[in-house]
Amino acid sequence: MSFKVVHYINQFFANIGGEEMAHVAPELRDGLVGPGLALNNAWKGEAEIVKTIVCGDSYFAEHEKEAKEQILAWVKEINPDFFIAGPAFNAGRYGYACANVAIAVQEMGIPVLTGMYQENPGADYKNQVLIVATKDSAAGMRQAAPTMAKLALKIMKGEKLGASCEDGYMPNGIRVNFFEKERGAKRAVDMLIKKLADKPFVTEYPMPSFDRVEPGKAIKDMSKATIALCTSGGIVPKGNPDHIESSSASHYGEYSIEGVMDLTEEGWETAHGGYDPIYANQDADRVLPVDVMRDLEKEGVIGKLHNLFYTTVGNGTAVASAKAFAAEYAQKLVAAGVDGVIMTST
Amino acid sequence: MKTLELGYIHINDIIIGSESKVENGVLYVDEAAVKALVLEDEFLKDVHFDVAKPGESTRITPVKDVIEPRVKVEGPGGVFPGMVNKVEAVGEGKTNVLKGMAVVTAGKIVGFQEGVIDMSGPGADYTPFSKTINFVMVCEPADSLLATDPEATLPIDNEKKPEYERAVRMAGLKVAAYLGELAKNVTPDETEVFSTPNLKEGMELYPDLPRVVYVAMLQTQGLLHDTYVYGVDAKRTLSTMMWPTEIMDGAIVSGNCVSACDKNPTYIHENNPVVHELFKQHGKTINFVGVIITNENVYLADKQRSSDWAAKLCELLGVDGAIVTQEGFGNPDTDLIMNTKKIELKGVKTAIVTDEYAGQDGKSQSLADADPLADAVVTGGNANQVIILPKMDKVIGMLDYVDVIAGGHAGSLREDGTIEAEIQVITSATNEMGFNKLSAR
Repeated sequence: MSFKVVHYINQFFANIGGEEMAHVAPELRDGLVGPGLALNNAWKGEAEIVKTIVCGDSYFAEHEKEAKEQILAWVKEINPDFFIAGPAFNAGRYGYACANVAIAVQEMGIPVLTGMYQENPGADYKNQVLIVATKDSAAGMRQAAPTMAKLALKIMKGEKLGASCEDGYMPNGIRVNFFEKERGAKRAVDMLIKKLADKPFVTEYPMPSFDRVEPGKAIKDMSKATIALCTSGGIVPKGNPDHIESSSASHYGEYSIEGVMDLTEEGWETAHGGYDPIYANQDADRVLPVDVMRDLEKEGVIGKLHNLFYTTVGNGTAVASAKAFAAEYAQKLVAAGVDGVIMTST
Repeated sequence: MKTLELGYIHINDIIIGSESKVENGVLYVDEAAVKALVLEDEFLKDVHFDVAKPGESTRITPVKDVIEPRVKVEGPGGVFPGMVNKVEAVGEGKTNVLKGMAVVTAGKIVGFQEGVIDMSGPGADYTPFSKTINFVMVCEPADSLLATDPEATLPIDNEKKPEYERAVRMAGLKVAAYLGELAKNVTPDETEVFSTPNLKEGMELYPDLPRVVYVAMLQTQGLLHDTYVYGVDAKRTLSTMMWPTEIMDGAIVSGNCVSACDKNPTYIHENNPVVHELFKQHGKTINFVGVIITNENVYLADKQRSSDWAAKLCELLGVDGAIVTQEGFGNPDTDLIMNTKKIELKGVKTAIVTDEYAGQDGKSQSLADADPLADAVVTGGNANQVIILPKMDKVIGMLDYVDVIAGGHAGSLREDGTIEAEIQVITSATNEMGFNKLSAR
């Protein structure tokens, strides 16, 4: 039994016509049409295009809602194992249609794949849907079809996705490990030699643009403010009752310091694995300064110290995890009427 | 011209017995002699030796350092200067190397951050030390180092950890030097020559080649994250220069307990892959000028000073390009980016080597710092990738600490002996000197 595939193409690749026929409404045909042949051949019977959906690019652009509804209705009825759109190369509206139709089908729980040139506007969706990088014109079909067919079959078979450069898809924000042919030092020297000669080179990790957090508004009267302590330095009650990991933490802890004037060696320690814990374990106030905050409270510099603190281990912990922890406990802090937070790191 | 000839003696087997010698590619180790050497240190109570070979169902953990035995045959100084031998400058003459083997120090954990070496199975693909025949030393701390608190998570008393780290580090280096010494009069199976011209000679020899320097960042965050250069704790140093061949004689050694995957063991310093790759291109496509070493301290003032100095040395040398490598992650990412940015702003082109902490799902930002000027990056892979390490028939060391080492979690060690953890736990898996082929996209 082979996998059932539905293929989406535009009026041009269905041989209806060029721009002058771009207004044609969606149409469902049996079997494969045009570029579907190359995909089908590559699958050698393991998968097969059972239906082809053809839609004019202008029609899709001007009637996106209706076009999608019609296409999704057909896909639902056919219930294929896989949906493939394009490749669209550098045709802008076609690329847009491929990406959007694919995303809609993907939302139905059917795995999808499309392909296009990296500068196609549809490629903006590369983090939402798997897109194979192709050349900028239909002359690139010879390379694109086998790459798309191979990756599609891999997904149909439930195999694990390789790195983007191995499987030919556009980097989608998910880093995947793989083994290169050369070791890193040689790759670095080769890259530098190209850079020195002003030849093109491809970085293995494009630098991200960083989130910048706007500072909060100043607290006007600190003597009435409730201040909380939070830390990524891993301070926990002795014995680490919630088993916060020493690196790559999967959760945070919430602990009471009600009535605690000073973090003692007997009661507190750090779970952090990124620094020698000796000084933090001797006196956890060095990381989470409860003692100094109590002094400030007594002196009336701050209104009061919040009776709970939130803690995790920053060591090797993914930014996404850290963000999720804080998003959750920030709500608790707000609900508790906390005015300001001192966040300590290590 | 500074020239060092390395003589490689291929080791095919290690036999522990009552005599020490290297003969026909076999290393014989007198157990009593090496034991006596290790126990010279009052902070070590006992030591057990074992041999792990490629392909065996053997797991070594917790691993501290990995060292390649070497010996000076000709030329000034001795290996591991300032540590085992006197502090005399090394890097020229002849040095013999026991190739295909390594000394591995293991034992009760120092920090949270000692590694795993599997000699077969999926974990073996990630560590370079599954391909070497390993002479493993499992060290036992002296009673005076042990924690007295019965609830302590780790066996060593907090305040005694630096003492224990030093003891195990020195034991490894002494044993490696002892084994290397056995090969002093052995004829090498093959030799390789590395020559570095001084600045003037280099300019005259290769007037048309781009001049390239290697900027090696050394882990010096302190508190068990240290590197030693000629015996000096590198966090107390200013960025400076070295002949590349000094490193081959063990001038830089690891005293470091960062996550196993991206700490640079002494073995990788000795075999620094960037130095070797730059030598391969030297005189052909580039003129390899030398090595700048710079540290990775935790204070901002230190970071600023050290990166200023690394960039200033690049400027002073008038180089065209620089390779920058890192050790560790998180905090040192800021040093990496500072160095790269400042060197680029001096008009020197850079390519850098790092690794990633992109989360177990690969979706997070990989580095703790970033700059658009760092546009040529080589990655050693995502250290957060989860791996299942099947049970091994034999464990050298102990599995007691798998749950608490960096990259492990409560329940990492399953009842059937399988380990589920991040590749972070595997010694040198994502090495940031580019020793491996692992990468990510």
